[in-house]
Amino acid sequence: MTSEDKKSLELFSARMRRWVIEGVYNAKSGHPGGSLSCTDIICYLYNRVLNVNPENPSDPDRDRFVLSKGHCAPALYSALGLKGFFDVNEIKNLRKIGSFLQGHPCKAITPGIDMSTGSLGQGISTAVGMALAGKVDKKSYRVFSVLGDGEMQEGEVWEALMSAAHYKLDNICAFLDYNGLQIDGKVDDVMSLGDIEAKTKAFGWETVVIDGHNFDEIEGAVEKFKANQGSGKPFFVIAKTHKGKGVSFMTDDPSWHGCAPKEEQYNIAVEELDAKIKELEG
Amino acid sequence: MGKMATREAYGRTLQEIGSDEKIVVFDADLAGSTNTGRFKKDFPERFFDMGIAEANMVACAAGMATCGKIAFVSSFAMFATERACEQIRNSVCYPNLSVKVCASHAGITVGEDGASHQCLEDLSIMRSLPNMKVICPADAASARMAVKAAYENDGPFYVRLARLATDSVYGEFGEDVDFTLGKAHMVKDGTDVTIIACGYMVEQAVEALNILESEGISARLLDMHTIKPIDKEAVIKASKDTGCIVTCEEHSIIGGLGSAVAEVLVENAPCPMLRVGVKDVFGRSGTPAELMAYYHLTGADIAEKAKQAIALKK
Ligand SMILES: Cc1ncc(C[n+]2csc(CCOP(=O)(O)OP(=O)(O)O)c2C)c(N)n1
Ligand SMILES: [Mg+2]
Repeated sequence: MTSEDKKSLELFSARMRRWVIEGVYNAKSGHPGGSLSCTDIICYLYNRVLNVNPENPSDPDRDRFVLSKGHCAPALYSALGLKGFFDVNEIKNLRKIGSFLQGHPCKAITPGIDMSTGSLGQGISTAVGMALAGKVDKKSYRVFSVLGDGEMQEGEVWEALMSAAHYKLDNICAFLDYNGLQIDGKVDDVMSLGDIEAKTKAFGWETVVIDGHNFDEIEGAVEKFKANQGSGKPFFVIAKTHKGKGVSFMTDDPSWHGCAPKEEQYNIAVEELDAKIKELEG
Repeated sequence: MGKMATREAYGRTLQEIGSDEKIVVFDADLAGSTNTGRFKKDFPERFFDMGIAEANMVACAAGMATCGKIAFVSSFAMFATERACEQIRNSVCYPNLSVKVCASHAGITVGEDGASHQCLEDLSIMRSLPNMKVICPADAASARMAVKAAYENDGPFYVRLARLATDSVYGEFGEDVDFTLGKAHMVKDGTDVTIIACGYMVEQAVEALNILESEGISARLLDMHTIKPIDKEAVIKASKDTGCIVTCEEHSIIGGLGSAVAEVLVENAPCPMLRVGVKDVFGRSGTPAELMAYYHLTGADIAEKAKQAIALKK
């Protein structure tokens, strides 16, 4: 990836983060921490990978994206808004009565949302269903999903992983947003996942470990996934991330999982992100 | 006419409509019991055994439905509607997808397997989900029509199927019998009381009608095969024409057909109403016939309730 490419992705990510903060601040509620940790992954997918078209968001041949950790909707809405699936300013109405931007993704009313999620564990199952449909119909679209590390505690996730391997779904790529935190604290303290790489491999998924904020590494993982298509094995990316990434006082702090910044905090976050955007634009 | 279980009718109907490439069928290691195995035999490339993992099965079917498939998912009613309840709610009903939950072994007539497998709450739970339509067919012929209705109409459906082979009420399996989604079927007209039944209880109610007739009582019998959307008009008319109602279901008296009928009555045309059903207890092992008697679900029980309802009329 050229430095120009990288810079434009970083700029898009910074703008996404700015909209995450804007949305959550205006809503006075929502999930900034996990939204900021998966921002770079979603940025890369919507800019460099997904074959989707805002003019035709339900094209049957499009690539699919399922945000299995649905509480991080602000990150997804930011990407969709900046890509023109809807007016990005709608994010100011996030979670408000009358808005089509619900607290968690709603397929029925939001352009560009491929599946309603929010109940952890179900999104990855539905993504497996989409990949299975692609195989049945001999279509070439691919299915991408982002899971949380706390979400991995759900039994259904493991059912889904098992079924994708069984049906040889090499058209699905799941990203684990491995930020080490969930609501009650550190994942390791709440319910440790053990050797997640060994576990996903044991469940039949080709697995790589990357830095989830490094675009070269995200690109490398996606290239490996593409090369892996035809192998009959689904693809799992363990992306090491930082919750709250991009806003100094939110970084790695579990208390920012599900709470909105107060005015003062909002101002600091905006200052930081606007400075970053300015630097990248310059 | 030979007996046939509604689950067998389901499997045979899947075979009948199965050439539609949009149809995919899922099961959770019960294909022989639910009869989806019939579809598997004819269309193996569109049949998916998901193993004993009902939650993933339902959500996976939902994902398929987002890609234009009509997804039938089957297991025992117990596991389809209660193990995977939240998947049905959040991944099927909320996005309003064409997933047809066709679950067998509902009710007490599961028999010897006992309470862990006798699902008595499914109608109640499924009925309360927005976008969900709920059908409980009385016999094989109407079960075929119910499955076709689920296939032909968009969105989520729950079709309640039974293990037990039972007599026909509508006609032979395969006949295009009179069945309209959302419209009660009048099995027999009458003036003193209306019996509203669904599923296997329709057959019991026919027996009750014979008992009542021998005592000079004229009863109307409605097969309320569609629990949701319920046929309000037929319920209101029954109240006005006959002045009292008895509901019959092989299900808990909480939340199912009786509750659905009561909701219509109290808001539109109150009249005395009594419920025949399982009285907020778990089932137990026994033969289907023994269990029907044990839980007071027989034709004689219904006839008795009908007389009590008539006595409540002023
Ligand atoms: C089935 C279910 N249980 C509980 C919740 C409430 N909840 C929302 S987010 C969350 C923690 C998620 O942690 P993780 O998956 O690590 O997400 P991230 O750290 O990326 O925000 C919980 C428990 C839920 N949404 N779904
Ligand atoms: Mg986490």
